Amino acid sequence: MDYFLELFLGGLTRGSIYALIALGYTMVYGIIELINFAHGEIYMIGAFTALIAASVLNIMGFGPVTILILAMVLAIVYSCAYGVTMEKIAYKPLRHSTRLAPLISAIGMSIFFQNYVLLAQTSDFLPFPSLLPELEILEPYAYIIRSSEVFIILTTFGVMVLLTLLIKFTRIGKAMRATAQDRTMAMLVGVDVNRVISMTFIIGSSMAAIGGVLIASHIGQINFYIGFIAGIKAFTAAVLGGIGSIPGAVLGSLVLGWTESFATGYISSDYEDVFAFGFLVLILIFRPAGLLGKATTQKV
Amino acid sequence: MLKIRNIRTYYGNIQALKGITLDIAEGEIITLIGANGAGKSTTLMSICGVARPRYGEIFFRGTPIHEMSTEKIVALGICQVPEGRRIFPNLTVMENLEMGAFLRRDGHGIKNDLDHVFDLFPILAQRRSQAGGTLSGGEQQMLAISRALMARPKLLLLDEPSLGLAPLIIQQIFEIIKKINAESKTTIFLVEQNANLALKVAHRGYVMENGLITMSDSAINLLGNEEVKKAYLGL
Ligand SMILES: Nc1ncnc2c1ncn2[C@@H]1O[C@H](COP(=O)(O)OP(=O)(O)O)[C@@H](O)[C@H]1O
Ligand SMILES: [Mg+2]
Repeated sequence: MDYFLELFLGGLTRGSIYALIALGYTMVYGIIELINFAHGEIYMIGAFTALIAASVLNIMGFGPVTILILAMVLAIVYSCAYGVTMEKIAYKPLRHSTRLAPLISAIGMSIFFQNYVLLAQTSDFLPFPSLLPELEILEPYAYIIRSSEVFIILTTFGVMVLLTLLIKFTRIGKAMRATAQDRTMAMLVGVDVNRVISMTFIIGSSMAAIGGVLIASHIGQINFYIGFIAGIKAFTAAVLGGIGSIPGAVLGSLVLGWTESFATGYISSDYEDVFAFGFLVLILIFRPAGLLGKATTQKV
Repeated sequence: MLKIRNIRTYYGNIQALKGITLDIAEGEIITLIGANGAGKSTTLMSICGVARPRYGEIFFRGTPIHEMSTEKIVALGICQVPEGRRIFPNLTVMENLEMGAFLRRDGHGIKNDLDHVFDLFPILAQRRSQAGGTLSGGEQQMLAISRALMARPKLLLLDEPSLGLAPLIIQQIFEIIKKINAESKTTIFLVEQNANLALKVAHRGYVMENGLITMSDSAINLLGNEEVKKAYLGL
């Protein structure tokens, strides 16, 4: 039972990280119908920013909580700057061209960012400081769950609540939903679609940065390639849940996280990806639009 | 109020408007009639800056708007009820109405206007928390008009409001159009294929064929015109 619980919570942790990234894929897709292949790299850039910030702040003698908060804020700011700039440079000029052009551009951005970090930093794994505090009350349960996992799960939950409130009740949230449903009509009621698109990239990049910092701190090392792997998984989760659907991205991420965790725990870690993608194929056979996707969307 | 000067609008290489010139004065109901594919919807989309005219000019109360962004044009007071109504299907009726008032910040005025549209169309008040996509065609048309009214438009553009609706509903919608014009002095530009109906509520009308204006006259004269009768009134 303890082992099951450990795997369950491990899967929930993975699923949380996937969800933080998958939401960026699905929201961007919902608004501009683009699979932003470079989204995983935004997450990686968030983690690197936090690493650099934490190192500098540590030398300057700040305490652990201050370091965590400042590193997180800087990671979000940098990731947003990269995300929004990428949209302006690589996607906006292609908005009225063929469907394939922005997709190729996205793949190009992904490769560019990986090599940019590879050259500016290193190809080796770098140790990442554990920014998340250890909770003493959890010590007796250390064989089931670690403090960092609790932080990941709770932070993700908080972010989801905030995102839901933002989408449902704020002016920009309504504008985002309206734009996703009918962009021309949104323009006709006065929505500045460029602003909505920028906002979508800001929200997506912020969540990716949060995910990047949390998981890097949990695992303890990063390199330039982590965004690619996590990006593919999160993209899988978004498709699993139904690309374009926000609840779908969260559900898909949890399903994927648990599938991987249980497959690793009960069978073998060698089969983690086999099960993850096997499950994806299976679900897409029976529900081509994903778990919560609309059957009509045939956009890529 | 609105001056359109010789606009030409293209979709790629296809020229949809081949030099349209027309004028709308403050407080009028003007209609634009023409067959399917004549370029009526393109005219409205050109006014709103969704389809960009490659040549020509458009002035709204003296301000050139042909290069303005759509949201700025809307902010000036030009609102469109597009063809096919284009209700946001997954937003509730209430949210659709709120989207209509997207550029307004006067909470109190918005509240009054909500009451006003619920007066005009009581059925919308009943359906306020239902998703827009679940409404019937007639209800969607009422919602589309109400959504536009929520912006307090100075110029209201209506693209085939009668399309696909039962005669009784059409009557009701056209009564409301007259009422909107009479009570709040809103200028109305009404695009219709149903020429008979449109010419009966309008003050003046334009006839469009293949991207060109072929006739313009008072509504009464157009109703009596032999060519119009033959081509558009089915007489
Ligand atoms: N999005 C579009 N792409 C290409 N051609 C279009 C598009 N929209 C309209 N057209 C063409 O432009 C012409 C005018 O269309 P439209 O303005 O919709 O006419 P109407 O509203 O009078 O029926 C038609 O020949 C139509 O085929
Ligand atoms: Mg039309």
